[in-house]
Amino acid sequence: MKKVYLDYAATTPLDSEIKKAMLPYMDKEFGNASSLHSFGRMAKEAIEKARQQVAVFLNCRPDEIIFCGSATEADNLAILGAVKIAQKKGLKPHIITTAIEHSAVLEPFGQLEKEGVEVSYLSVGPEGIVRVGDIEKVLKPNTVLVSVMYANNEIGTIQPIAEIGTLLKKQSQKIIFHTDAVQAANYLGCDVQKLQVDLLTLSGHKIYGPKGAGVLFIRKGIAIEPMIYGGHQENGYRSGTENVAGVVGLGEAVGQIQKTKNEIQNIKRLRDELISNILQNISKTSLNGSREQRLPNNANISFAGAEGESILMALDQEGIAVSTGSACASGSLEPSHVLMALGLSPEKAHGSVRFTLGKYTTEQEIAYVLKVLPKVIERLRGISPVK
Amino acid sequence: MIPYSKEVLQHFNKPHNYGKMKNPDGVGEVGNIVCGDLMRLYIKVAKDKKGQEIIKDIKFETYGCLAAIASSSMLTDLVKGKTISEALDFDRKEIVEKLGGLPPVKIHCSVLAGDALIEAIHDYFNKNNKLIPEKLKLRHQQLQKEKQAIEERYKKDKAV
Repeated sequence: MKKVYLDYAATTPLDSEIKKAMLPYMDKEFGNASSLHSFGRMAKEAIEKARQQVAVFLNCRPDEIIFCGSATEADNLAILGAVKIAQKKGLKPHIITTAIEHSAVLEPFGQLEKEGVEVSYLSVGPEGIVRVGDIEKVLKPNTVLVSVMYANNEIGTIQPIAEIGTLLKKQSQKIIFHTDAVQAANYLGCDVQKLQVDLLTLSGHKIYGPKGAGVLFIRKGIAIEPMIYGGHQENGYRSGTENVAGVVGLGEAVGQIQKTKNEIQNIKRLRDELISNILQNISKTSLNGSREQRLPNNANISFAGAEGESILMALDQEGIAVSTGSACASGSLEPSHVLMALGLSPEKAHGSVRFTLGKYTTEQEIAYVLKVLPKVIERLRGISPVK
Repeated sequence: MIPYSKEVLQHFNKPHNYGKMKNPDGVGEVGNIVCGDLMRLYIKVAKDKKGQEIIKDIKFETYGCLAAIASSSMLTDLVKGKTISEALDFDRKEIVEKLGGLPPVKIHCSVLAGDALIEAIHDYFNKNNKLIPEKLKLRHQQLQKEKQAIEERYKKDKAV
């Protein structure tokens, strides 16, 4: 059966060049980067090369880069670490985030809230974009951290990070600004000086690199408390023997992003074709989130009268892989918090499907999806009492 | 993704007895679009040779996930031709068994299908001014209460 992968926001396949760069560190170059002998030095050198690659991409110093086990870990380190430092200073911190963050940010915020930390969640409009003015309104003298994702994982909407950075810099007190740039990295500039962020998260497996490797950029002069204590690796911010192969792969993946930029136009063209064809040829469909301010690889569409997980499973049986914000998929009764934050009706939220394209997506694959999808929707609507 | 049995996929891909029924004798509607599951079950009742009332025909319409559609389809297969009193004693666990199992988070889909049957039979009794058995009355009231609770919770969420 033909297989079409349109779930690049979930994870990307490993690029063969990147895999090649990683392989020696799986066996031959097995040293522990903390060892002083030649084996250790080889591993250390490889890690430092990767650190340099990431520093170039982010336009920062190599010693501002911390490698860790995942982007979720990096988000947790950023948020919990910033709050813990403030609490150590005797402050009663107030922290701000948005209603549409990834669970890697929302969950640590929720945990801190349970522990008594004051939290503000910013709503978004129907476009799925945070208003800078809303942040200004909720700032308090004890605000210590603002965390806003660069681009949303479900609807691909791009948040005004540089503007928020400018706003926060103007404040009399120091407010740490964190952004989760996991989804944005492939498509948007990640110069931390332009974005004016203090903390930034990246993931290896969303950029054609390996799973199990994440990055946290920590601006020099910004103090956060580590979450893992041990052998003082990564400047003491993240103890634990480094995943050398993973770090090497992540470095290579970041280094390749510049090359990927040439492919963006092609991805965008295919994505636009997918959106306009679906909206034109399948009745009662709508695009979720801003049409313009969104990642070029993301299409999130609601199909009235058909439920998301059913659509997903029906497409899966035709070899097409997508994702959904429907409640059924999550095992709870609540549909995606992101779609609900847009003010969507539950029906629209339950009938949502996310298509995310990538550098290997072809014209033929999109044509195949456009051939299969109308039949799937028609069939499910035929079974449904919601017309 | 949750692995599904061959039977579940078969019923999802080619559901039995789906679609709207013209002039049904009873209709049961359960679930709520707010929760992403809505099931409508239609029954036609007739007397068999012995003079017992049986479910002569049954159809469903379901908005929901794969497991909800497969459960609805399997239910219609299992109760078609049963007498009303047999249908009232129908054990919804049979849906899961005959489907070759459902993942734990999807068991509620089979529960929903069982509830739809109860509601359809209640509707039939009610419409025909038949004496409603106490057990059926209680289950109907319970289901209505649950429905209201969901609607109220949704209204409250909306207000926030």
